[in-house]
Amino acid sequence: MDLPELIEIAQKERASEKLVQIRCCVAAGCLSANSQVVKQRLEEAVTADNLTEKVEVRGVGCMRLCCQGPLVQVEKLGTGDWAMGTGEDSKQSPHSKLYEKVTPDDAPSIITAINGGETTVQQGDLTHPFFTSQMPIVLENSGKVDPERIQSYIAANGYQALYHVLREMTPSEVVDAISRSGLRGRGGAGYPTGLKWATVAKAKSDAYNDRSDRKFVICNADEGDPGAFMDRSVLESDPHRVLEGMAIAGYSIGANQGYIYIRAEYPIAINRLQIAIRQAQRLGILGTQIFDSHFDFKIDIRIGAGAYVCGEETALMASIEGKRGTPHPRPPYPAESGLWGYPTLINNVETYANVAPIIRKGAEWFANIGTQKSKGTKVFALAGKIRNTGLIEVPMGTSLRQIVEAMGGGVPDGGVVKAVQTGGPSGGCIPAAAFDSPVDYESLTQLGSMMGSGGMIVMDETTNMVDVARFFMEFCMDESCGKCIPCRVGTVQLYKLLTKISEGKASFADLELLEELCDMVKHTSLCGLGQSAPNPVFSTLHYFRDEYLALIS
Amino acid sequence: MVVKTLTINEQLISAREEETILQAAQDAGIHIPTLCHLEGVGDVGACRLCLVEIAGSNKLQPACVTKVTEGMEVETNSDRLQKYRRTIIEMLFAEGNHICSVCVANDNCELQDLAIEMGMDHVRLDYHFPDRKVDISHHRFGVDHNRCVLCTRCVRVCGEIEGAHTWDMAGRGTNSHVITDLNQPWGTSDTCTSCGKCINACPTGALFDKGSSVGEMKHNRAKLDFLVTAREKQQWLV
Ligand SMILES: Cc1cc2nc3c(=O)[nH]c(=O)nc-3n(C[C@H](O)[C@H](O)[C@H](O)COP(=O)(O)O)c2cc1C
Ligand code: SF4
Ligand code: SF4
Ligand code: SF4
Ligand code: FES
Ligand code: FES
Repeated sequence: MDLPELIEIAQKERASEKLVQIRCCVAAGCLSANSQVVKQRLEEAVTADNLTEKVEVRGVGCMRLCCQGPLVQVEKLGTGDWAMGTGEDSKQSPHSKLYEKVTPDDAPSIITAINGGETTVQQGDLTHPFFTSQMPIVLENSGKVDPERIQSYIAANGYQALYHVLREMTPSEVVDAISRSGLRGRGGAGYPTGLKWATVAKAKSDAYNDRSDRKFVICNADEGDPGAFMDRSVLESDPHRVLEGMAIAGYSIGANQGYIYIRAEYPIAINRLQIAIRQAQRLGILGTQIFDSHFDFKIDIRIGAGAYVCGEETALMASIEGKRGTPHPRPPYPAESGLWGYPTLINNVETYANVAPIIRKGAEWFANIGTQKSKGTKVFALAGKIRNTGLIEVPMGTSLRQIVEAMGGGVPDGGVVKAVQTGGPSGGCIPAAAFDSPVDYESLTQLGSMMGSGGMIVMDETTNMVDVARFFMEFCMDESCGKCIPCRVGTVQLYKLLTKISEGKASFADLELLEELCDMVKHTSLCGLGQSAPNPVFSTLHYFRDEYLALIS
Repeated sequence: MVVKTLTINEQLISAREEETILQAAQDAGIHIPTLCHLEGVGDVGACRLCLVEIAGSNKLQPACVTKVTEGMEVETNSDRLQKYRRTIIEMLFAEGNHICSVCVANDNCELQDLAIEMGMDHVRLDYHFPDRKVDISHHRFGVDHNRCVLCTRCVRVCGEIEGAHTWDMAGRGTNSHVITDLNQPWGTSDTCTSCGKCINACPTGALFDKGSSVGEMKHNRAKLDFLVTAREKQQWLV
């Protein structure tokens, strides 16, 4: 495989494009609403009307407004030009139509509309802020390319960044580019990605007195936060982008083996990853001597049983090694001693998904998006008491108000938004009064919450905040691995206290004990699960203390 | 040998490069409470009793797995640490079923000793009253899960010293428990050599010799020390 060959695949793919593209979402959300049958019926309708010459039905990844699924988008590509823009120029074309809640029986009607006729199928408004406020970088191909065909990804400029890196950049130049881009880890804590890569690149293995310099790359696709589905969606919609990011990372740190750790609850993502890996290997894009360079890189999938704590990096690595998935104290950090004791780079799915665009368009381009300290965009899973639920990708620094009110469309049936919960069980609730604050790592932390992996749960006036705190505590209690005492026993005690309060049976002494135990669990637990389990309690106590007090007095 | 100097509780001490804060403190005669630590087997940093404050870091670190560094300033006994430790012990008493007066390990129990050391005169927390089992299927030993603090010392001593790996952990969170083989009754275990090392390693009355009555169970840690020195240093010192 060489650059001309890659370009040839892209050109051939683009040339084969038909005048009209019917894109049917086949990501998990819409699939669960029967979109597979919708797609099949659309194909049948196209054949029945003898339109196969002009019209293509394509299964694509998530189109983001998941609450209205199954979604079908009709795009008139006109001249056969590749209509898919990337990044900021990817505004929907004026010929684009979005159909919502499509049933299999709607298929003929959609075809009628393509022919200029009338249709009764519900149409979405592509000029709504839900779409226009988005800036797709991670999701640039989502809803456009066919995740099961590598040619489709290549036609969208896929694997050019990898080629460029392998043939024209030194490993340290790659690390430098990632550093300059300002990219930070999207798995929660926001650790500078370039710095992490640089550390692993420099690390020397001393595992088993082994002098070989083996290193590993891990993609953390465990995604256990309740309400979060960003990583799943990226993998289902555009798996090659993650493989490309991992391969670039492998080259830059000197690793030849990558693992994707993904939970068994994500069968569609697993399946598409398997297909993607096989296709990439067949084209010589993964495996040995990639793009005829001296770089070998293999990627294997490791399936987890679905335990929240296995997203914690040391537990995750134990699980890959075939051990019980429990965390161990850091240091040593994975960068120094990771999988089987070798230096290991571990990043989140979305973090890897940002890599290829950064290489392709330049670190400066990326560094110009977002805020001073939080660069680029962030994908959020918008859920809860809100009109438009689904996936959004917005530049860092977008205000919460813009997201919740303009994009989300507020509470259905005229309700009032009370708060938004971000960061999952490690995060907190932000009251509506603070909605003018921008979404970036520092601001969210300052508000007593967290970026986390990107779950955003909107709550209205009917929500009781003690219940919210109790819900997340129950989650942590169930998901605690049980290794360390503060988390194993502390979460049970905290859950019991919260229950007591919400049932109106608690005294002020209980509230005091609650605060004392929260402080203790936070500061003494072994891993991030226990250390952050009290956060939802802290933040609800901070902003909604009166609700606790009302239940006590 | 590279030597580091550091201060623990404002006392200047020296330590070997590879030593942990716990070892360095012990050498200097400074006591740090521990529960999951057992001389001779690997550390897991699970009980969190040995947490110490290190100047310049707002994170507490477990002394048993944290290596000394040059110029490190360690505080092992602040009011805050004492308060946390007491709560940890209270949590263990609330979690299992520790009625010392009817326990084989009464008077010979590290958990009990720690409770006394922490000045724990009562438990402020809710008792869990879990439904836990007792397994006396083994011809010589028994396990009472109500008294287990999940320190995994038995797991490590069996795996690392005896080499049998009969013990392991199962379940998660509050349902965590130790198991023998693939959660089979201990008495039917194919791997257990009946060496008794786990009995001696156990800090509480969870693992006991059958036939011991209340207060009779004596833990012989010297036996483990002997085995470890014999293995690692080829010295057969009694
Ligand atoms: C309890 C717990 C669960 C976690 N779950 C995830 C997860 O599902 N996905 C993820 O990418 N990171 C998760 N993390 C964070 C990872 O440990 C790690 O920091 C991250 O994968 C690093 O990648 P990044 O630098 O790209 O963010 C979790 C951390 C903790 C403490
Ligand atoms: S904090 Fe919780 S999940 Fe983490 S090691 Fe401790 S018990 Fe396990
Ligand atoms: S194990 Fe120790 S603390 Fe528990 S009942 Fe027995 S003597 Fe008391
Ligand atoms: S049985 Fe004893 S040694 Fe084993 S985990 Fe329980 S308390 Fe620790
Ligand atoms: S899953 Fe179909 S639009 Fe999100
Ligand atoms: S002795 Fe260090 S954590 Fe238990």
